[in-house]
Amino acid sequence: MPNFRGGVHPPEQKDATEKQPLKTAALPARVVLPLQQNLGCPNDPLVKVGDEVKEGQKIADAQKFIAAPLHAPISGKVTKIEKLDNACGFDTASIVIEGSGAATAYAGQWSVEELTPEQIRQSVREAGIVGLGGAAFPTHVKLTPPAGKQIDAVIINGCECEPYLTADHRIMLERGADLLYGARAIAKAVGAGRIIMAIEENKADAIAKVQLATRDTQLETIKLRTKYPQGGEKMLIKTLLGREVPSGGLPSDVGVVVQNVGTAVAIAEAVKYGKPLIERVVTVTGSAVKQPQNLVVRIGTTFKEVIDQCGGLTEDAAKVIMGGPMTGIAVASLDVPVVKATSGILALNKRDAQHYEEGDCIRCGRCLKVCPTGLMPNFLGEYARLKNWDKMAEYHVADCIECGCCSYVCPSRIYLVQYFKVAKRELQTRKAVCK
Amino acid sequence: MSFDISTGPHIRVPSDARLVMWLVAFALLFPAAAGVYYFGSGALILIVFTTLVAVATEAACQWFARRPITALDGSAAVTGLLLALILPPTLPLWMAGIGAAFSIAIVKVLFGGLGFNIFNPALAARAFLLASWPVAMTTWVRPFDAVTTATPLYLVNKLHEAAPSYWALFVGNRAGSLGETSVLAILIGAALLLLVRVIDWPAPTAFIGTVALLSWLLGHDPLFAILSGGLVLGAFFMATDYVTAPVTVKGRFIFGLGCGLLTVLIRYFGGFPEGVNYSILIMNMLTPVIDKYARPRLFGSKHA
Repeated sequence: MPNFRGGVHPPEQKDATEKQPLKTAALPARVVLPLQQNLGCPNDPLVKVGDEVKEGQKIADAQKFIAAPLHAPISGKVTKIEKLDNACGFDTASIVIEGSGAATAYAGQWSVEELTPEQIRQSVREAGIVGLGGAAFPTHVKLTPPAGKQIDAVIINGCECEPYLTADHRIMLERGADLLYGARAIAKAVGAGRIIMAIEENKADAIAKVQLATRDTQLETIKLRTKYPQGGEKMLIKTLLGREVPSGGLPSDVGVVVQNVGTAVAIAEAVKYGKPLIERVVTVTGSAVKQPQNLVVRIGTTFKEVIDQCGGLTEDAAKVIMGGPMTGIAVASLDVPVVKATSGILALNKRDAQHYEEGDCIRCGRCLKVCPTGLMPNFLGEYARLKNWDKMAEYHVADCIECGCCSYVCPSRIYLVQYFKVAKRELQTRKAVCK
Repeated sequence: MSFDISTGPHIRVPSDARLVMWLVAFALLFPAAAGVYYFGSGALILIVFTTLVAVATEAACQWFARRPITALDGSAAVTGLLLALILPPTLPLWMAGIGAAFSIAIVKVLFGGLGFNIFNPALAARAFLLASWPVAMTTWVRPFDAVTTATPLYLVNKLHEAAPSYWALFVGNRAGSLGETSVLAILIGAALLLLVRVIDWPAPTAFIGTVALLSWLLGHDPLFAILSGGLVLGAFFMATDYVTAPVTVKGRFIFGLGCGLLTVLIRYFGGFPEGVNYSILIMNMLTPVIDKYARPRLFGSKHA
């Protein structure tokens, strides 16, 4: 089986939810919508406090290319536009909507063949779709190949290599038709002839299901070894096609577009029914969740409301994480809302949520062995402690994909990847200031 | 309810630095046991003594510097244990004690403690002892009866006498440093560390391979070159030292090559019968340079 350099094998911990069918969560009575939920430019609100909004109505947008509009996930009244806690990592205000009306019906009308690439891109942009694997990059941007770049392959990413998460797994099992439609729409938008479904071998049922669904099509289903971060864009392209995205480059530089399976389904819904991105699948799991499930949740629902539908938290809950255990963000309270990037809510009990004390580097070299990018995390870590950002740039910190393998294996428990995130931001700010 | 909000990743491998160090110490118990078997209770006392002195010295230095006491993290114990294994079994305890204190206080702590020392503390201490008490440091005894004799390397390369049998060399029934004689016991400990991936192949393979190849090219018996002296112990337990050897796979291979080359030069052309000690110390000095140039290939680029 093809492979990529480095990587780790954390315990998978998927058994609690991988057999749990997708379940639609109860409509929330109140939603909190941070104005910026994706990489790129922040949105401006299109509504004001007191306005009545309908489900699916666009409520915020930006006049920039790298941006994605926001839609009302429920019908109701805008009660607040102010700064509230969120876990997106952006310092932005949130729109609060209260009250929930009857759900809007979306009716299918388009087939991929009838649409032009531009129409597909337009539908995707207007639906506010961003990468649902966790990176939250505006999808229409990825569907717009830069001038002069020929895309020959689309990879639909069903690896879901993060431990605990099973949202993509369930989507592949239960949303086969939309997945196929979405994959075709993506290929049409970028003009690619080849579509590859990539699934890790620990999801045998999903592989069988997708293979069956794509039997008489030109889609290829490829089984990959279970290894973190197999689902990383660059690793995936390398494993499947043997191409390396150049340092500092994008997948389009090697003629590839990668989209997550959840994103493909969202694209299908947007293109086929004109449905904006107002809900997503969230895996609610971990040792501190009483009834782990895969819920279809409206964007803006608070963590508390989601967890309550899963039986609540156990007494010894110690840590709540948005996303998976490798790249997820710990949240301080359950008042934060589900956003477009929330692939999971992971609650760990005291035993699982260990706190790690940092020690000195003993130069064992494990971080170098597991780094899929070929960096030297040990030296980067030393330079980070000295705040020597220039030296870190020289050691290619900008190429770090922030997978966290280095921190995961470090016997001295050094928070390496956290240092690199800080350094990247620091270097970016400096670049912006210098311009 | 309030939650822990530390940064990710939120899960880690179970093994930490402490465990890694104690695993190395455990692996060293095999050659140590062989040493006690061949050289008697005096060897046992020497091993326990240097280990205790090393740990106590680290604790004392840390107490004196008002730093957190981490003397029981296993690293000082490894240094003390390793030092005993590369000393003559009959060395007076007070000399061994000075060596152990020197290894920790001067070679390790003064350079910043765990992770920051340039030289392998045990090897640097041995070099220091050899310079200070050359006679005591080169007085060797035969196993079991403790009759004074020369080491096989000295017998063969300097006196041109017959070597002991390969079997005697392999199991350790010959004169030499306390823990270097039994290749069998060293290999058991090394296999354990390789199995749990505490150490890796590049440095030992390159080290032993280079010595064997160059010995053969120079007309010496390559198997004798491997089984005699401190080569196997040095290759698996000192050339693999995290702190003083390079961090990359490429770098570790180069480090092994250099150690092998220098060992051969010292053994056949130098004034000492054995060169493993100095070869590793010299390569320790080159480690920062090797680390600088032997980088892994960056994903998406042709070079590092």
